[in-house]
Amino acid sequence: MRFILPLAGLAALAVMPMWLSEYGLGLMIGLVTYVTLASAWALFSGHTRYISLATAAFYGTGAYVVAVLNEVLPYPLVLLSAAGVGLAMALVVGLSTLRLAGIYFVIFTFGLAELVRQLITWYEVNVTGTLGRYIFLDVTARGIYWQMLALGAATIALTAWVHRSRLGLALRVVGDDEVVAAHSGIPLARTKLVAFALSATILTVAGAIASPRYVYVEPAIVFNPTVSFLTVIMALLGGANRLWGPVLGAAPLFLVFEYLSVHFPDTYPIFLGLLFIAVVFLLPDGVLAGIEKLRARRREARS
Amino acid sequence: MTLLRVKALAKSFGGLRAVDDVSFTVAEGEIVGLLGPNGSGKTTLINLVSGAFPATAGTVRLGDVTLTGQRADRIARAGVARTFQLVRILPSLTLEENVMIPAVFGARAHWGAAAREVAARALEQVGLAGRAGVTAGELTYIDQKRLELARALAAEPRLLLLDEWLAGLNPTELAEGIALIRALTGSGITIVMVEHIMEAVRALCPRVLVMNSGKLIADGETGTVLADPQVIAAYLGEVSDA
Repeated sequence: MRFILPLAGLAALAVMPMWLSEYGLGLMIGLVTYVTLASAWALFSGHTRYISLATAAFYGTGAYVVAVLNEVLPYPLVLLSAAGVGLAMALVVGLSTLRLAGIYFVIFTFGLAELVRQLITWYEVNVTGTLGRYIFLDVTARGIYWQMLALGAATIALTAWVHRSRLGLALRVVGDDEVVAAHSGIPLARTKLVAFALSATILTVAGAIASPRYVYVEPAIVFNPTVSFLTVIMALLGGANRLWGPVLGAAPLFLVFEYLSVHFPDTYPIFLGLLFIAVVFLLPDGVLAGIEKLRARRREARS
Repeated sequence: MTLLRVKALAKSFGGLRAVDDVSFTVAEGEIVGLLGPNGSGKTTLINLVSGAFPATAGTVRLGDVTLTGQRADRIARAGVARTFQLVRILPSLTLEENVMIPAVFGARAHWGAAAREVAARALEQVGLAGRAGVTAGELTYIDQKRLELARALAAEPRLLLLDEWLAGLNPTELAEGIALIRALTGSGITIVMVEHIMEAVRALCPRVLVMNSGKLIADGETGTVLADPQVIAAYLGEVSDA
């Protein structure tokens, strides 16, 4: 029973492009992309409570790998290379930053996206001499949609597995108290690094899959910090430590932002900020936890 | 048989020698009290043995294993469990999950039903059986202390380090706490307990170590040590006949 509903949902989403307009399909690609990003982000940050703002760094790197390699390698190998680059970057970043706690980690991850962007800009300007790159791939919008859907489904399945594994339990302990975790026999560095690397690799592949939609790629476009912020707020809104939390946060928020950015292109960042504040103040543990609390209160009131 | 060997152990924080050339041994199955005034280095000593931070000099050995220089999680897996001076529970986890942690990640690496069984046994030992599904953040102070002890026990440790586990309890709870620790002593577990409450020390520890300004100033039978003028001068004063 636990598998039937998600699988039916996945099947319904998979056949959806048959009836969608061009615009509708574009919307669904965006939605599924953010569901994937939020779920992948929560895979590490949900339980450990290490708020990472590096989503754009990995997402952008994925897109850039495709931009550089799309004419050299066959497409599946390009995706594989993106995954490899994301993993390598995650290991380097993880080893150097996962000792940082709280706000220092947040700031570092935010700086990371900027650092990667500046490094690539410098390299392109000084070494290759061109800032922008084109992606000409034989991938249709439907193809992108299906790939992203598969990645999103795989991310949620992986999260479900992690939640039931020793790794998931270790991550929850790390999120509650790292000192207790260490004195209980949990290897802190390895636990955090494994989860961070898994999460970052998925974020990178998501960037690679989404990249053909851009056609023209330059650092300022793909390393957009808004991607990082949106991912965080979506995961937090739904409940980052729940399996379906990021999905429940990402789907409605993406549609709201899409609507706002179309109808209020100038004032839309203000709404983004307000929403961020509202989520943190009103639903710090997410909508799912909020609903549970409400139910518990009602049950108490009745009895 | 000697279980714990501490040899010439030292820890400096800048110019401060928090632990200064401390040596002692603890036999298997023994229960030893660790006394001393505030700031004398007791908790630092516990932290050194459990690997919370590295020693400046000296060695700690547990049986044949050298603990100094190892990470806290490796020391935990070698068979050392501890409680904290300021109680540390995992507030968002249930009692069962709290207690399962060292059973899962400790030396025995239990999983699934076996881990739950160890957790249930430990919760029962401290009188928290039947509340396994409660979230730890909802517990009262005494129950948080019980939970912390249960968590340490679920590690099935060879050496248990208690850092003022009895502090902050009311008289009834204190009597319960003492009975709880006494019940453990028969099981063959080795305990080093930092404690300020003399009633508990006299009731539980046949032997005590006394520290002052980072140095070990006395080591011996509890009655004799507590009557030692040097110890009284350093720390106990009028408390000695309490």
